[in-house]
Amino acid sequence: MNTNEPVIEVTDLRRVYAGGFEAVRGVSFQVGRGELFALLGTNGAGKTSTVELIEGLAPPAGGRVRVLGHDPYSERSAVRPRIGLMLQEGGFPSELTVSETVRMWAGCTSGARPESEALSLVGLTRRAGVRVKQLSGGEKRRLDLALALLGRPEVLFLDEPTTGLDAEGRQETWELVRELRATGTTVLLTTHYLEEAEGLADRLAILHAGRIAVSGTPAEVTASQPSRISFELPTGYFPGDLPPLDSLGVTGHEVVGRVLRLRTNELQRAATGLLTWAERTGVELRGLDVRSGSLEEAFLRIARDVSEQEAQETQGARKIQAGQARGSASAGTSEKEHVA
Amino acid sequence: MSAGTGTETGTSTAAAPVGATVTAVGRMTSLARAELTLLARSRATFFAAVFVPLVLPLSLRSTVEDMDLKEAGLSIGSVILPSAVGFSLLFAVYSALVSVYAARREELVLKRLRTGELRDAEILTGAAVPSVLIGLVQCLVLTVACAALMDVGTPQAPLLAVVGLVVGLVMWPALAAVTASFSRSVEGAQVAAMPLLLVSMLASGTVVPFEVMPDRVATVCELLPLSPVITLIRGGWTGSLSGYEALGAVATALAWTVLAVFAVRKWFRWEPRR
Repeated sequence: MNTNEPVIEVTDLRRVYAGGFEAVRGVSFQVGRGELFALLGTNGAGKTSTVELIEGLAPPAGGRVRVLGHDPYSERSAVRPRIGLMLQEGGFPSELTVSETVRMWAGCTSGARPESEALSLVGLTRRAGVRVKQLSGGEKRRLDLALALLGRPEVLFLDEPTTGLDAEGRQETWELVRELRATGTTVLLTTHYLEEAEGLADRLAILHAGRIAVSGTPAEVTASQPSRISFELPTGYFPGDLPPLDSLGVTGHEVVGRVLRLRTNELQRAATGLLTWAERTGVELRGLDVRSGSLEEAFLRIARDVSEQEAQETQGARKIQAGQARGSASAGTSEKEHVA
Repeated sequence: MSAGTGTETGTSTAAAPVGATVTAVGRMTSLARAELTLLARSRATFFAAVFVPLVLPLSLRSTVEDMDLKEAGLSIGSVILPSAVGFSLLFAVYSALVSVYAARREELVLKRLRTGELRDAEILTGAAVPSVLIGLVQCLVLTVACAALMDVGTPQAPLLAVVGLVVGLVMWPALAAVTASFSRSVEGAQVAAMPLLLVSMLASGTVVPFEVMPDRVATVCELLPLSPVITLIRGGWTGSLSGYEALGAVATALAWTVLAVFAVRKWFRWEPRR
């Protein structure tokens, strides 16, 4: 089997809702066999709209989707038996029991696992006889997951699979997803939990306003973010009293009240320079906080940067290639200097 | 484009893509079994579906006895029997299914089912099976009961009666799906079902036979969706339907069915309005 051949291939995908709202505006990415790809984004970024097109639940307004080499919408009978999916909100008749729900779904699924296996996968064995309406939110998510896994899918779509789960349930789901990936299942995950994406994904993309703002491995995306140092300015000192910030490798700073925040791409150099200065001057840097770039940082910055660019862009001009353009923008060029 | 051709070539075929191994009938059977369980658990819907059509024909008897039927060449039984079948289609099939479709939509069940291997038509058909079966059994029971208790005699043209029943059992689920599209909730669905229920009970020859109506009124009323079913079944017993009249009734029924299927394809809502 050619493992380089993408299992999911999305090219310049667009989705326009009735009323003209453009929810997906030219999204492109590929997911290889056995890879776990996470789509992140704020609410309304277009995650679910994008995933629904890849699942074949709706035809795209433009662009192309291929799943396992087929168009998931027009060639659904070739694709559906080989994928499993979990919607953001599962829909099950509330008066059926867990067991009856699984049996019903199994009768509609090619190559379905036995009911007992499906339930034990997600830890619902003991709840088999319980009506769906009596399940907790987390248990409903797990039932949904059991149905997604019922047909031993080659490709698994998980739309916010751990929303509503407690910490333990979330850990168990992550473990299960890792095991599935280890056996070669390709997974497309959407989530708004950044730690979930960071811990599970081989690669991820952050969507904003219907476009991919940045993509890469979690390490790549994190590395593109500046590190931060913040501390309280000692009484009687001003930012100008510090060593020249350029010489510390600091790329930007801002003052909020007495707190000084520095951004740098060279954390060790900046921190060493700052601490050496403090030592020599004999001052204490209260509330000192030193942290490397994080996915959360990337996420928040993208939301901010892109909406600023959006404002400047005003109308038209949607020659996107958004991925690259936005990606480099967030690598540091749009830093602003605020001096008190 | 190049990627598209790439998937066709070489090693990937070794993966021997597994196709669907469940059939459409298998899928619908599975869904129908779940729906039957749900129907049995939904007491109110179940009793309305099963008992209303059994009781209504009895209440009709005194009204029918007061009619001047001899002149129209009808017996009490040949009026009540088709009406009983009509009530069964209205309550056990139509009204019950409007609720089922609306309830499954509001619970997001339809949306979830559409993500699997079931096709749209299979979902609507599978969900309709229990109600249609109840309707069928009910019609047979009512027919036997009427035959035994009301001296309707043997059907003169049984084929017409069978055709009438079959087109009724196909048309009314489709009309239920259309009606469910025009509601926002399960309660709203019952309200949405009222107009067609009332019109059908009053003007489709169930309570007042066409033969007793003024000609011009009867001509219009015969075009209502329940009318051809009543006409065909009554004709099946009396044997007084001409070939032309029978064809007209079948054509009317087919027209309603085609119209309903078209409307479902175009307007059926699979997700709640939010």
